[in-house]
Amino acid sequence: MTMQAMPATCQTCPAYNAASLKKLGVSTEGADYVIALAGNPNTGKSTVFNALTGLRQHVGNWPGKTVARAEGGFTYHDKTYKLVDLPGTYSLLSTSTDEEIARNFILFGQPSVTIVVVDATRLERNLNLALQILQITDRVVVALNLMDEAKRHGIEIDVRHLSRKLGVPVIPMAARQMQGIPELLDAIDNVARNKVATKPHHIRQQDSQVEYALNTLVEEIEAAYPGLPNARWVALRLLDGDESIEQAISENRLGTLAETATIMQQPAPEPIIAVEAIS
Amino acid sequence: MTRNLGEEPKPSILETAKQLRAELSEDYHDKVMTAIYADAAQIADTTISRDTKKANLTFDRALDRILTHPIGGFVAMGLMFLIVFWITIAGANIPSQMLGDLLLGTVYNLLHQLATALSLPVWLSGFLIDGIYLATAWVIAVMLPPMAIFFPLFTLLEDFGYLPRVAFNLDRLFASAGTHGKQSLSMMMGFGCNAAGVISTRIIDSPRERLIAILTNNFSICNGRWPTLILMGTIFIGALAPPALASLVAALSVVTIAVLGIVMTLIVSWGLSKTWLKGETSVFSLELPPYRPPQILQTLYTSIIDRTLIVLWRAVMMAAPAGAVIWLSSNIMIGDASIAAHLVNLLNPIGWFLGMNGVILVAYIVAIPANEIVIPTILMLTMTLGKVAGAQAGVMIELDDAQVYHVLTEVGGWTLLTAINLMLFSLLHNPCSTTILTIWNETKNLKWTMVATFLPIAMGVAVTFTTTLVAHLLGFV
Repeated sequence: MTMQAMPATCQTCPAYNAASLKKLGVSTEGADYVIALAGNPNTGKSTVFNALTGLRQHVGNWPGKTVARAEGGFTYHDKTYKLVDLPGTYSLLSTSTDEEIARNFILFGQPSVTIVVVDATRLERNLNLALQILQITDRVVVALNLMDEAKRHGIEIDVRHLSRKLGVPVIPMAARQMQGIPELLDAIDNVARNKVATKPHHIRQQDSQVEYALNTLVEEIEAAYPGLPNARWVALRLLDGDESIEQAISENRLGTLAETATIMQQPAPEPIIAVEAIS
Repeated sequence: MTRNLGEEPKPSILETAKQLRAELSEDYHDKVMTAIYADAAQIADTTISRDTKKANLTFDRALDRILTHPIGGFVAMGLMFLIVFWITIAGANIPSQMLGDLLLGTVYNLLHQLATALSLPVWLSGFLIDGIYLATAWVIAVMLPPMAIFFPLFTLLEDFGYLPRVAFNLDRLFASAGTHGKQSLSMMMGFGCNAAGVISTRIIDSPRERLIAILTNNFSICNGRWPTLILMGTIFIGALAPPALASLVAALSVVTIAVLGIVMTLIVSWGLSKTWLKGETSVFSLELPPYRPPQILQTLYTSIIDRTLIVLWRAVMMAAPAGAVIWLSSNIMIGDASIAAHLVNLLNPIGWFLGMNGVILVAYIVAIPANEIVIPTILMLTMTLGKVAGAQAGVMIELDDAQVYHVLTEVGGWTLLTAINLMLFSLLHNPCSTTILTIWNETKNLKWTMVATFLPIAMGVAVTFTTTLVAHLLGFV
């Protein structure tokens, strides 16, 4: 767990790379990558947002403060990133406006990377959302925030183990103290440029009837939309009678999603690190 | 093989989904959730290890036991806000005085000397210096010190994690009023700015409950109104107490009005949810975040730059044209009196019924764009119309609290009742034009925008009329 900034002499270390971070404010025109910022309410999404963009969005210690989407941008390693702060939600499975904004953006906005900000002091409940997001997109970095508070409460977290379980990079952070920001930037960069291969955790259905229904539907969806990265999640939602997904299918928007997903994945220049889900 | 997109594979998927869905049991959704929870629990279990010896939640828990106690929570809440206002009132006194001396004394005189040196015509120097400059300087002197103390204090409480506890305490009350518990959060935003409060009701999903929250947001005292309350509380009510307790009593009167606003919010919400806007009450879960040590320097910086200066800037932008309008209306004569005098005379009878006067009502009309300029307008009109020695038409003069008291009582004929009614009217009157516009933008409904605008005025008229009637009947006045 590297939380402290390293000596700047080492050119490969994340702290060095942070120097190439140029804060752009809101000029997000023509960004190379779009990054979504998701997470439970009051986990520090806005703090992470501000740390990355240099904007001073008002940060409050109360849930539900970010009502609409906030956007900002930054450059890192000569690439420009557009960062979108989504409203905090506990789940993506119900129909509240907040959840729909977050879900639609992750699904249809197809961000290059989705950062899931996770509260280290309330890991289990936060993982519920993280696991749901991992069903929609595999381009995820988990920002394990509030590590300082977890430490204060005597909670130890095996970050490497968590990362292997989830199948995506997990970055321990204390965003209020700006700890872990360089490492987070590095992880975003790795996932955006396909330098790291993610293999997200998949939910095991315990009910055989559900499992059967899912498999049948997934087969059909995959045949119709080859390359769609989240066929299983789409099936899950269709079985729940999700109207916006049904609509997306009738309007053939899923076909477009599958195409862009294939393009995004393609130029994978030598995966350096492989993060894989173990079960 | 490449699939032709026109071949429409989609209906078959939807068809299959429909068939499969019919075969699934009712609790499909729950099963899916359970599977997610199970995996989350399993992952969390294997990654977390707790050092039980270090587990130190006792502080948070003990604090929450007091701050969210059914009774103690409210006591703590009252005390907390009382302390915040007491610090604000006591602390703003001296800087206000100094700022007043500087802007309304030294700078004002310098500007006049400059105007004489440049031999500007009297009407021009009057319009520029006695109109625009003085109104602006007044607003800064009155508003800057209390805001510069109040905002950082409030932000520190917010940063510490206290606001969700307030929401938690109030949730029960809102639930019994038949509205959404999140309304307590939008109400709290309204204590800064009603327009912001109205926008923040977007966190409420149910249109019915959101509308109630929008219609009642104006009962949260906003930035523009705190200075009026603080000044009235200081010179009329605090002054009744012995000097040592004056600031505390003044703070108490301000908190009383703010609490009355919360009571009004609840009563009106209850009324709406029983009549016009009937419906189910939604349930929501509010997570109490941990208490966090506030980052004092950063909070000071952001609350002074982002909140205080922005609010002040808005006030100044409103005060400058208002100063011009007041000066012109006090100096342009129609027949034997100025426009302002005609207006005041016209509204005087209504003002009398409400235990106030025409000047106050004119000030509230001038202040529709921004409540911040109510007090400067009142003082300026009172002095010019009352022909205070040394005051030119439409000139606001350098005043300290004692002189303001003197002008209002001796020249304006104010009593304690006038001050109390002004405080009540400050709580209960139309929202500022920005807020009305925001309500329109959020609802796109003329009827509800009208209700939001006129309901508080009707209430304000009813309440001030009643207090006046009661005061007269009991022989207080």
